[in-house]
Amino acid sequence: MITCGVEKLFKDEATEEKGERARMASFVGAMAIADLVKTTLGPKGMDKILQSTGRGHSVTVTNDGATILKSLHIDNPAAKVLIDISKVQDDEVGDGTTSVVVLAGELLREAEKLVGSKIHPMTIISGYRMAADCARRALLDRVKDNKDDAEKFRSDLMRIAMTTLSSKILSQDKEHFAKLAVDAVMRLKGSTNLESIQIIKKAGGSLKDSFLDEGFILDKKIGLGQPKRIENANILVANTAMDTDKVKIYGARVRVDSMAKVAQIEGAEKEKMREKVQKIIGHGINCFVNRQLIYNFPEELFADAGILAIEHADFDGIERLALVTGGEIASTFDNPESVKLGHCKLIEEIMIGEDKLIHFSGVEMGQACTIVLRGASFHVLDEAERSLHDALCVLSQTVNDSRVLLGGGWPEMVMAKAVDELARKTPGKKSHAIEAFSRALIAIPTTIADNAGLDSAELVAQLRAEHHKEHSNAGIDVIIGSVGDMSELGISEAFKVKQAVLLSATEAAEMILRVDEIITCAPRRREDRM
Amino acid sequence: MALAFDEYGRPFIILREQESKSRLRGLDAQKANIAAGVAVSRILRTSLGPKGMDKMLQSPDGDITITNDGATILEQMDVDNQIGKLMVELSRSQDYEIGDGTTGVVVLAGALLQQSEKLLERGIHPIRVAEGFEISSRIAVDHLEKIAHKFDFSATNIEPLVQTCMTTLSSKIVNRCKRSLAEIAVKSVMAVADLERKDVNLDLIKVEGKVGGKLEDTELIYGIVVDKDMSHPQMPKQIEDAKIAILTCPFEPPKPKTKHKVDIDTVEKFQTLRKQEQKYFDDMVQRCKDVGATLVICQWGFDDEANHLLMHRNLPAVRWVGGVELELIAIATGGRIVPRFQELTPEKLGKAGLVREKAFGTTKDRMLYIEHCANSKAVTVFIRGGNKMMIEETKRSIHDALCVARNLIRNNSIVYGGGAAEISCSIAVEAAADKYPGVEQYAIRAFADALDSVPMALAENSGLQPIETLSAVKAQQIKENNHCCGIDCNDTGTNNMREQNVFETLIGKQQQILLATQVVKMILKIDDVISPSDY
Repeated sequence: MITCGVEKLFKDEATEEKGERARMASFVGAMAIADLVKTTLGPKGMDKILQSTGRGHSVTVTNDGATILKSLHIDNPAAKVLIDISKVQDDEVGDGTTSVVVLAGELLREAEKLVGSKIHPMTIISGYRMAADCARRALLDRVKDNKDDAEKFRSDLMRIAMTTLSSKILSQDKEHFAKLAVDAVMRLKGSTNLESIQIIKKAGGSLKDSFLDEGFILDKKIGLGQPKRIENANILVANTAMDTDKVKIYGARVRVDSMAKVAQIEGAEKEKMREKVQKIIGHGINCFVNRQLIYNFPEELFADAGILAIEHADFDGIERLALVTGGEIASTFDNPESVKLGHCKLIEEIMIGEDKLIHFSGVEMGQACTIVLRGASFHVLDEAERSLHDALCVLSQTVNDSRVLLGGGWPEMVMAKAVDELARKTPGKKSHAIEAFSRALIAIPTTIADNAGLDSAELVAQLRAEHHKEHSNAGIDVIIGSVGDMSELGISEAFKVKQAVLLSATEAAEMILRVDEIITCAPRRREDRM
Repeated sequence: MALAFDEYGRPFIILREQESKSRLRGLDAQKANIAAGVAVSRILRTSLGPKGMDKMLQSPDGDITITNDGATILEQMDVDNQIGKLMVELSRSQDYEIGDGTTGVVVLAGALLQQSEKLLERGIHPIRVAEGFEISSRIAVDHLEKIAHKFDFSATNIEPLVQTCMTTLSSKIVNRCKRSLAEIAVKSVMAVADLERKDVNLDLIKVEGKVGGKLEDTELIYGIVVDKDMSHPQMPKQIEDAKIAILTCPFEPPKPKTKHKVDIDTVEKFQTLRKQEQKYFDDMVQRCKDVGATLVICQWGFDDEANHLLMHRNLPAVRWVGGVELELIAIATGGRIVPRFQELTPEKLGKAGLVREKAFGTTKDRMLYIEHCANSKAVTVFIRGGNKMMIEETKRSIHDALCVARNLIRNNSIVYGGGAAEISCSIAVEAAADKYPGVEQYAIRAFADALDSVPMALAENSGLQPIETLSAVKAQQIKENNHCCGIDCNDTGTNNMREQNVFETLIGKQQQILLATQVVKMILKIDDVISPSDY
């Protein structure tokens, strides 16, 4: 197989692909992935249905690149690289997960042609590197930064949110949701910690009924017989066992020899719990939220004392609540004077749809908030959550790095122009690669136009002519189907997202190009677990 | 074959169940072995040099590795052939010993094997070939010593070190920012190096990676980065002038190792036990507080109650920190690892100027930076990159660069890279060959030819005409008596490696030649391969 004389260098089933074949395999794999997600790009992109192979065959409808790619089972190694960059893009900036894959795919498609015309991959790589660097500088030249002007900055954020959302299921109500997202992110005051924005999904109603709540909503029920409405609440947030407070010292066990003793011990246990509850009440609170279960007995005690006790609020729940109300999460209750309690103006039970939720309003710290999503079905809600999450991510990143670009294919055209100019100046074979880079960049507005059912060739040609003038703001207006002024239309994108797309796509393309041999090990045998 | 006859003509069996074993003997065995060795080296040949290509490896679990590090490729290649495994071992030992040149050593061994095959065909006995190789390897190593160049560096002048590390990095995917990475590698080695003893403990350099960001964001941190966060969400995220208690005991109720039972049979016992338990937690936290610690780093977990008490007493804490990291923290901060609360004393606390928690990206990834430590002899190289494979490859490249820098500190002799050293050795060996009267002469010449194959592969990978380039460079070396001439891989217009600043370490090169010769000798000595045949 490899050389005559050696029959078996590798283990059974391990395969080796060399040179052209290896390159072919990785190009084909990467392009297949890029083509797969290509149709979801842009405001008129289509969705995909993903059916899981797991139990229940649950169905997801999405046009989020990262979500689609995450659920694919891929065997092609190069394709896996692309999936990985999309995942990283999602973790790092949250949006642009489709663009990064499409751009990497286009770069490889162009590279394939170049390799076909006998240009060495290493030459292509060095050309791509120069081009990527030049493109990045071109973008840097044209960024706008409105950090100092709060009013303008906010409108920038609104525009970015709307641009991000316009390619998602929420596009119908993008203004509404963009406002929600911007409000939520502005409350974070610069932190990128999206945990303090809680998203609650409740089926029913329409997407328009979704709202942002300044307070905090806990998806839990109030214990029986306890007040349903508390004004000026003092809240103790706790993480403690309220079922049976076990003796934790290892090896301790109860051993008794008569029924009477059992009763005594039980009494002592009860007494211990009562004491604990008394201590908690001693904090002067009227609301107690615990991460763990609260058994009936302590619950009854709380009810007697007129205290609202909420059990089983999970980790996120108490962390957020602690953040919102400004209290600390307590696990011991011996010195009530030094435990910081949380405060809020009003706790009440509210109804959303058919479910009862607990609503904390008038909280001290304004950082956290809750977005309640309403929608016709779970699929819609899930997709809405993903879209909103994307928007929130982008916004929170933009708050930190406030540089903004125009959208609608504008950045790609700007980069393509700069890269083209570089290609003309560069001597040697590299210039072919640089030219190819600019073609790959233009493929993105082309795809956007194609997906919108427009005449892409015509539009892109117009766009290119438009960009030949200095400082043009032209981009594709998908709604009308013509070239339009992006700054007038208010289509903006975050610089950070574009930069990440550019850099990781180039990096991935480079990585795949450098490969000249693929060695696949024999798949590990799985024992039948029957 | 395995049937022999005793003096009475009766057959007896040497090998049991010989039908179920396949067997190769004599020249066939050597040829098969050589072919296998050459096949392995051929895979690596294209990865050599700054224009070398990468290999994509898919593991049995479907994970992808993309690399051009010889040792990594071979290790993950799932080789089944025995000789193939020998080559894998060869590359690995170069990796352990030197850390760089893992591809070159395999390519050299492959070339030697190829040459020896020709000699065997001419009927020269394998042992004679092996001996010839041995002699020539000695000549080559001595010659390297002669042409080696001592160079000076000091804590302030690290430029030569950086240049050498750049040579190593230029063959990797990270060559885009080789300058900054080389600087990071050298600075980190210098930070932990013991210049007087000429030794570097690479364990003190931690290489940590996190996906996201770009390669240019890779930084060197004079301190430790731990992939952990504070145990309680409300603990302070930044501590200045931290006094760190480093504990290996959990904030949990005691668990004596001997088997025991505590029986509760009366109400009183129940209550005393309860009180003790409360007191126990309180004591633990109080003790930490009493010795003046402002940060607790613990190898084990915390009980909820203890966690709250820590929080309550304003004592930030980190839990589940791994053993290795704990040691590094102890070294860096000058603290002592304390196994029991009772032994906690103020002297055993570590000190750090700044401890902070840093969040990354949109997920809730947080890492803990411990900086400005009392004893800065532990550093962290923190790598960022576009994807997982990139990070892994960068880690490997940084490892290579670190090893090179360490080797230079140990022994500051260098030879010139780009194949210059090999060509020079080849000329020396060739010249020495004529002095040997025996059959070894042929083997020595073959060795010289094999040495040429490294620059040849370099030229091939860089898209140059291999034979033309090599002969031109060789002629130049002899004419000008200048051992700095090598292959101009980067098309810079000069093939003087001194001007291009392409250096390699002397011990690395020597080791390559010695290891390759040893393995080839071993392979040549095998004349019988017995393996259980497939059923």
